[in-house]
Amino acid sequence: MSSNAVAKGEHQLEIVSFSIGSQAFCLEISHVLEIRGWTPTTVLPHAPDYVKGLMNLRGTVLPVVDLSLRLGLGVTEPSARHVVIIVFTNGQTVGLLVEAVSDILTVSPEEMMAAPDVSGGELAGCIRGVFARDDELMRAIDLKTTLPFLATGEAG
Amino acid sequence: MTAKQILAVDDSRTMRNMLKQTLGEAGYEVSLAEDGVDGVERLRDLTPDLVITDINMPRMDGFRFIEEVRGLGRLRGVPILVLTTESDQALRNRARAAGATGWIVKPFDDGNLISAIRKVTVG
Amino acid sequence: MSALLDGFFEECGELLESVFEGLSALEADGGDQEAVNAVFRAVHSIKGGAGAFGLEALVAFSHVLENALDAFRSGAAQIGSKEVQLLYEAGDHLSDLVERAARGQVSGGEMPDLHRALEGICGAVDQEEDAGLDFQPLTLDILPLEPEPAAGFDIVFRPHATLFENGHEPALMLRELGELGAIDVVADLSALPTLDAGLAKTPVLGWQIGLESDCHRAQIAEVFEFAEGLCDLEIIARDAEGLKVEDPVTQSDIDRPEVVERAPARETIRVDLARVDRLINIVGELVISEAMLRQAMTEIPVAKYGPIEAAMGQFRQLSGQLQESVLAIRAQPVKGLFQRMSRIVREAAREAGKEARLVTHGSATEVDRTVVERLVDPLTHMIRNAVDHGLEDSDRRQASGKASTGTVTLSAVHRSGRVVIELQDDGGGIDRERVRQIAIDKGLVGESDELSDAEIDNLLFRPGFSTRSEVSNLSGRGVGMDVVKSEIQALGGRVSIHSEFGVGTTVTISLPLTLAVMEGMVVETAGEILVVPTTALRETFKASNAPLHALGAGGHVLNRRDGLVPVFDLGSALGFRTAPGEYGDHSLLLVETEAGRRVAFAVDRIRDQREVVIKGLQQNYQEIPGVAAATILGDGRIALIVDADQLAEPAVRGGAELYGGAGYVQ
Repeated sequence: MSSNAVAKGEHQLEIVSFSIGSQAFCLEISHVLEIRGWTPTTVLPHAPDYVKGLMNLRGTVLPVVDLSLRLGLGVTEPSARHVVIIVFTNGQTVGLLVEAVSDILTVSPEEMMAAPDVSGGELAGCIRGVFARDDELMRAIDLKTTLPFLATGEAG
Repeated sequence: MTAKQILAVDDSRTMRNMLKQTLGEAGYEVSLAEDGVDGVERLRDLTPDLVITDINMPRMDGFRFIEEVRGLGRLRGVPILVLTTESDQALRNRARAAGATGWIVKPFDDGNLISAIRKVTVG
Repeated sequence: MSALLDGFFEECGELLESVFEGLSALEADGGDQEAVNAVFRAVHSIKGGAGAFGLEALVAFSHVLENALDAFRSGAAQIGSKEVQLLYEAGDHLSDLVERAARGQVSGGEMPDLHRALEGICGAVDQEEDAGLDFQPLTLDILPLEPEPAAGFDIVFRPHATLFENGHEPALMLRELGELGAIDVVADLSALPTLDAGLAKTPVLGWQIGLESDCHRAQIAEVFEFAEGLCDLEIIARDAEGLKVEDPVTQSDIDRPEVVERAPARETIRVDLARVDRLINIVGELVISEAMLRQAMTEIPVAKYGPIEAAMGQFRQLSGQLQESVLAIRAQPVKGLFQRMSRIVREAAREAGKEARLVTHGSATEVDRTVVERLVDPLTHMIRNAVDHGLEDSDRRQASGKASTGTVTLSAVHRSGRVVIELQDDGGGIDRERVRQIAIDKGLVGESDELSDAEIDNLLFRPGFSTRSEVSNLSGRGVGMDVVKSEIQALGGRVSIHSEFGVGTTVTISLPLTLAVMEGMVVETAGEILVVPTTALRETFKASNAPLHALGAGGHVLNRRDGLVPVFDLGSALGFRTAPGEYGDHSLLLVETEAGRRVAFAVDRIRDQREVVIKGLQQNYQEIPGVAAATILGDGRIALIVDADQLAEPAVRGGAELYGGAGYVQ
């Protein structure tokens, strides 16, 4: 929270980047609580396929989402090497299963470019925009549309 | 200048809150007690510039409390205001007989509260 | 201001509790002086606060009630059962006014008859008191006695000893006079004793004050308001030429009050509920960690009866005690709830034209505050039912040799980790023939069905059952006992009814002490671990020993003495697998839903029955059909707590299609 406030003051934004397949994605660090190793989840009945199940984070029960599957990039077969990014948004805590976290970078919000809708499908709706860094495009995840089960309201 | 100390004794939490807030805003330092027994207890290590007390309280009512305070040599001259509802003359007479200095008619506001305090305290 | 106001209404709740507590003491012993005092004090406090917030209707009514109570207190009026009833009514009305005020309705809702009845009690007393007043207030002079504004005043002020004893400082009065105009103060030393006469025992100083001001006499009187009777005071208005002399004020004799000493109140602190809940959560985690640790210990060699095992045993005991103590913080006595119910009995009896009283036992019994809050509606309904349908009218009661006043008994007791609340009436009992006939008429049971007494009694809990054709005003808005049952079950509770014809009916509610933990059966199926709440569970048995019959394609029923029960595979009901064609080694859990529907769930294995900490899913996810919540097992794994009621409904069991992935796209 405070890092966000500071970042805004300096027009700087800290982001966590990670890749799914060959594409790079990122999240604002202010939404990230912690990053944990993958542990098996408890299957949820009647849940969309991208909801892997429930995990126990020190007594808090939270859903884990297979981000790759959610973005239409194929099912993740999780192993002990995979990580879960614990994000907190709009009062809710959710885990995002990804292969690995690449880096923490500082960008300025003005650098974000609108993502041209080239592919359509799931991916387009889940991206707020892109940052260009070292010839690479980092797609900024829109948590609100990516996690439709989140309570509606002002998502940060 | 240190703030004047007031001990306010009332069994009603609402009243205590209001006294604390109103007097606090007027710059007084307020200690609270829930009834006479509690009030006497507080006065063991407190020498306030003024005592404000309700009459109807469990365990030890306001009349008896005032007598207790007057019985403490140290506080013989401290002004004591009683909180009364309406203009119940009989209650005031009893309070005065017990040693009360004056009274404040509830519902009080900062106006009548402060003017009553000014009547009985220096400064 | 709003925080103060909220605090006031919160306090009003407590004060009203004291009012009713005092009234029930008065009911038991009309002469209980301390009870009258307690009620008086509570009403007085309500009035004081209400006045501060300008809640006029509340002030007006608490004022007359206070006066009436004062009349009882002083012995000017006697308390009989009629008066106690009147006071109860007044207490009820006071609760209403508080509630109205809390909703922002400052005026309205007056009950003139009640008002007058209370005034009737204190009417005579007021006059007596006025007559007993032994001095005249100075402020009477406010009347226009002075045709012309005075040019000034001559004031003679001679304090008595009592003025100083009461903490007065004459200088302050002189200062205040000075604010009215120019003053000229002359100390009157005439009474000063000569040195050889020794020290004065009484004050000897006096002042003659000349005040140049066109102020009103009343303003001067006001300066000396507090000093009335503690000094000689003369205020003489003077115009340009002459003088007008007024009588000085005389001192009054005042009697000393009597004081009643009582036991000191228990000490309490007020804590934000959210903090308590956080504490409860953390302790819940601690208990889970302890279980995890204990489980992990089983996998390493530890000397039996060694120090590690001893320490673990103590850890377990302490964490259990800690959890119990922490949960106790949220607990509160059912007293307030029971007191509310006494009002319901009075109202219901009045409306039904019956005589009824409420007797309560065990009102100090403590339950989680949420449970207490959520018991209000079902209990209200049950009590109205008891008065409306259970109790006979006075004539019929007398004809059958009973006291003309019916008794409704409400009791609470802790029994094996739960709280049991019993509502008993000494009415006519359930007319089973009639109940049976109504159930047949409504198609709830068949004409030829053999029903035991208990089964007939339980028909009352069936949805749509109501023994009266007209919708009763009392039992309320067409709501039946089925709603009571579902509300109790939503709290993890059970309801049962027992009745004896001609003697009365008893409804028993058994509730968990807290909503944070729950008793559940831990089962395994389709590779998942699930918890089935024991509240819905009736029986468990092995499928191999059960009278199972195949019915249709893959369907099975259980043939029970009391009817056929459909069997469903729990794993496939939750979409974990497709139902096995045969139930061989499976275990069956017979559950009964709120609606009385019975279903048997097949699972792979029953592990054990235990208390689990409830973890809501809606905070971080959303409601899942068929799943009530989750819990964390000893090994840290999450197990889902199934909602047996929902799963027993065909619509939810078919949820795999209804709630499929597409349903989430918003």
